Amino acid sequence: MQWEVVIGLENHVQLTTNSKIFSGSSIRFGAEPNTQASPVDLALPGVLPVLNRGAVERAIRFGLAVGAKIAPRSVFARKNYFYPDLPKGYQISQFEDPVVQGGTISFAYEKDGKMVTRTVNLTRAHLEEDAGKSLHEDYAGMSGIDLNRAGTPLLEIVSEPEMRSANEAVAYAKALHSLVMWLGVCDGNMQEGSFRCDVNVSVRPVGQKEFGTRCEIKNLNSFRFMEEAIHYEVRRQIELIEDGGQVVQATRLWDPDRKETRQMRSKEDAQDYRYFPDPDLPPLAISQDWIERIKADMPELPAAMRERFINDYGLPEYDALILTSSQGMASYYEAVVAKAGKDNAKAAANWMMGDVSSALNRADLDIVDSPVEASQLALLLKRIADGTISNNAAKKVFSLMWEAGLEDENLADVIIEREGLKQISDTGAIEAIVDEVLANNAKSVEQYRAGKEAAINALIGQCMKASKGKANPAQVTELLKKKLAG
Amino acid sequence: MHNKTIKELSTLLHSKQISSTELTRHYLDRIAGSTHNAFLHVDAELSLAQAKAADARIAEGSAGPLTGIPIAHKDIFVTRGWRSTAASKMLGNYVSPFDATVVTKFGDAGMVTLGKLNCDEFAMGSANENSAFGAVQNPWDTLAVPGGSSGGSAAAIAARLAPAATGTDTGGSIRQPAAFCGITGIKPTYGRVSRFGMIAFASSLDQGGPMARTAEDCALLLNEMVGFDERDSTSLTAEQGNAREDFTRELNQPLTGLRIGVPKEYFGEGLAADVEQAVRAALDQFVKLGATLVEISLPKTSLSIPVYYIIAPAEASSNLSRFDGVRYGYRTPEYKDLQDMYKKTRAEGFGKEVQRRIMVGTYVLCHGYYDAYYVQAQKIRRLIADDFQAAFKDKCDVIMGPVAPTVAWDLGAKSDDPVANYLADIFTLSTSLAGLPGMSIPVGFGQGEKNGKRPVGLQIIGNYFAEARLLNIAHQYQQATDWHTRTPDGV
Amino acid sequence: MSLTLSDVKRIANLAQLDMDEAHAEIALTELNGIFALAEQMQAVDTTGVQPLSQPLAAVLALPLRLREDVVTEEDRRADYQAPAPKAQDGLYLVPKVIE
Repeated sequence: MQWEVVIGLENHVQLTTNSKIFSGSSIRFGAEPNTQASPVDLALPGVLPVLNRGAVERAIRFGLAVGAKIAPRSVFARKNYFYPDLPKGYQISQFEDPVVQGGTISFAYEKDGKMVTRTVNLTRAHLEEDAGKSLHEDYAGMSGIDLNRAGTPLLEIVSEPEMRSANEAVAYAKALHSLVMWLGVCDGNMQEGSFRCDVNVSVRPVGQKEFGTRCEIKNLNSFRFMEEAIHYEVRRQIELIEDGGQVVQATRLWDPDRKETRQMRSKEDAQDYRYFPDPDLPPLAISQDWIERIKADMPELPAAMRERFINDYGLPEYDALILTSSQGMASYYEAVVAKAGKDNAKAAANWMMGDVSSALNRADLDIVDSPVEASQLALLLKRIADGTISNNAAKKVFSLMWEAGLEDENLADVIIEREGLKQISDTGAIEAIVDEVLANNAKSVEQYRAGKEAAINALIGQCMKASKGKANPAQVTELLKKKLAG
Repeated sequence: MHNKTIKELSTLLHSKQISSTELTRHYLDRIAGSTHNAFLHVDAELSLAQAKAADARIAEGSAGPLTGIPIAHKDIFVTRGWRSTAASKMLGNYVSPFDATVVTKFGDAGMVTLGKLNCDEFAMGSANENSAFGAVQNPWDTLAVPGGSSGGSAAAIAARLAPAATGTDTGGSIRQPAAFCGITGIKPTYGRVSRFGMIAFASSLDQGGPMARTAEDCALLLNEMVGFDERDSTSLTAEQGNAREDFTRELNQPLTGLRIGVPKEYFGEGLAADVEQAVRAALDQFVKLGATLVEISLPKTSLSIPVYYIIAPAEASSNLSRFDGVRYGYRTPEYKDLQDMYKKTRAEGFGKEVQRRIMVGTYVLCHGYYDAYYVQAQKIRRLIADDFQAAFKDKCDVIMGPVAPTVAWDLGAKSDDPVANYLADIFTLSTSLAGLPGMSIPVGFGQGEKNGKRPVGLQIIGNYFAEARLLNIAHQYQQATDWHTRTPDGV
Repeated sequence: MSLTLSDVKRIANLAQLDMDEAHAEIALTELNGIFALAEQMQAVDTTGVQPLSQPLAAVLALPLRLREDVVTEEDRRADYQAPAPKAQDGLYLVPKVIE
């Protein structure tokens, strides 16, 4: 039996406002318990919610960035259920008329060993308030409730169930994570719970139209856990079905220590949230005017930047996606091209996706902390372009620049000089080397002239060896060909 | 002293013929000696401290028209200092760390809080028999209910225990007890008075309002109560029509040319003969004052009962979910786990009527029933509001009719029959559903040995923001008649 | 549209109200009485009518008002936590919450 995996994601993104979504309390992380819980947050008798403009602005910004429709009228609804971290006994969220509708996220991921680009549709994104926290350290068998987090603004972003592998889902989540940080709407700190992932996973036989029963894995706060959890859950569901069982719709938690998903303690009856429009909050109206003002203030969006990279720099879509995957990457890249020139745009892209990314990964660093500055890489690219050094030599220079971690803009030149890496480009010198090699390698010469084109490689190799790798390979090749042609 | 109106007391205070301290002491003594169970919490020290401050303001000449006047607050408004219980065991010992906006406003005006008034639990009821702290007696006839849910407020005014009181009205809870206790009360346009600090029952219906003996007094109180509050998202701004205004400005306008709409649905079978007689006599009086009567129709009147008793419990069921024993209020003493704690706390903390309404409300919001019940009710609500607009558009300027189908019933007579109680709300519910302002003024008494002691109220309903007009109409009536000056025997 | 006893129990559970058998029976009768009232609503033709959630929305545009994004609250934990039935180290204590 061939199985297809169906995955949809729901991300809860904490917004970078100063205060809570419905009260004037601070949302700063790490405060003493319940010191950032006002009467509104505590649901004391008589309190009422008032919506934070900053939360709406961030939702609009996100909607614009993903090309979604910003609802001119959206409604806050109460989601009713009892839990100690939910002071009102209901969460103010949005149900039938969310503020952001539709939109897409584009990213690259590895599929069958190849890197491919992908666009996933969003269903919606809506505003809601976060709940508080339960601390389970023993208070003589009781739990301690901290409501500092209760009322923190969240944007819940829901994807269509269009993903078909763990890889893809993780890549989507990473792209979304980058985007919300790029936009400044979320600080992306997963340890602190600023960016949380719920994954809906189901399986179905290949070719079947109906979706299988899905399980929701909640509150994953690392990409690694997400990947492991999806793999585990897929296996679990497939094994279950193949053994003759049925997948039961349930909410599950990932246990990173035992490396398995566990069903959450189920409520006795299926939960009915009894959504209805919150009578304390009239509908939110968002004017076209307001949207335009926010649009004007926004940084260049990844999508627009990608278009620009493709059109102005002639980059393929894949490159554009990678280079706009974070603001850090994009600004570094642009700085390199600014200094190295548009002619080097593709070379810059290759270097960033190749050597630079590898080095960053090995050192577990983000591009903003790269020891090699954009201007330094730009100079290196220029030196390759103008023939001063070969590509191989450049790689060596790059490693040395990386280790050095100095600020000098001209570091590339300094290292080239110091290590004596300059290519031999002098025609006379090259000609001398070529003549010598031709003289000493009659057999290869004969083979080449007899029609075996590949024989030139051995000759090139000899020239490079004779020059200790410093001869400009392009010039060597050109001259060889010329002389071999007679 | 206690027979004087706020207006009269204010003059006495400003001319220093009496002090606020004397006045406050006088009322505190009367409260201490009363037996109607109108008050839930009194703290003489706190009150007298406020009186002292008021006297200082009067002395230095910075007093306003209400400075030094005592007022009592329905125990739905939270107050620092005095307990705020909503007449429920659930909040039996609760003291709020903040004051309701209404309380703050009256405090800023220099009024002196006498204490917190009994009411139906969480404002749910029409007889003040649903209080966890005992029923309130109607001062006109201690065997009768005072009406509800602001029964304590109405009784306090009628028994001269306070010259001013706040009430809340969700489906008639200011107007009906005002009628049963022969006093004056007004429910303003929805959104005029801040709900911040009013313990929520039904959010889209609740409105706070003043209760006193005269329309003029209510106008003076309304002047302070009304106004935009940024802490209440349903509070209306000045641009939307909620400008601060002097509600006394039109009191003396003559009523010539006033067209009074008389809904035929309000004068049908269920209306008691003695109530009808008193109401019609009042209408005749208005004709004498220059008004004309126009028969109108409000066809959805009887539908207002199911519509209200779907919408209000639905909102209440959600508003009362916060009472879970976790952060404040009652917590059941013994429990084996979290669910047990929740269930026992709420079953023990809430009275029967409150639990009943939570059950109804929870049900109508359930998946599968939501559209047929809740949404359908909200749609009919719009039709009810439209009925009124059609009448106001070209038929009449105000609408008048009875407040309730009968005078106050006996204590205990209807307490086992929730539906019977609901049916008696038929004349007041529509006004609340539409968010219109409505008043009740005393216009006579019932007939017969029992009912003869029990007052009858006339309801005056206006279009949005027409409070000044309503108060003018009521004031003109009160200049020409003396029902509002009558005092219960023994008071 | 009549309720059953199991409906009553389910609702009591959703509303977190403890209800023994006897009370459930009484509640059943009462609720059925109330819902009999509500049946009148079904006969009304409301095609094309929008629900009215904010009473004045029938006559006024009432968009939701927004608050500026500034911190206006300070730490008043001692005051706010004073009414707590059970609290320790600044936390509200409840029976253990099991996921």
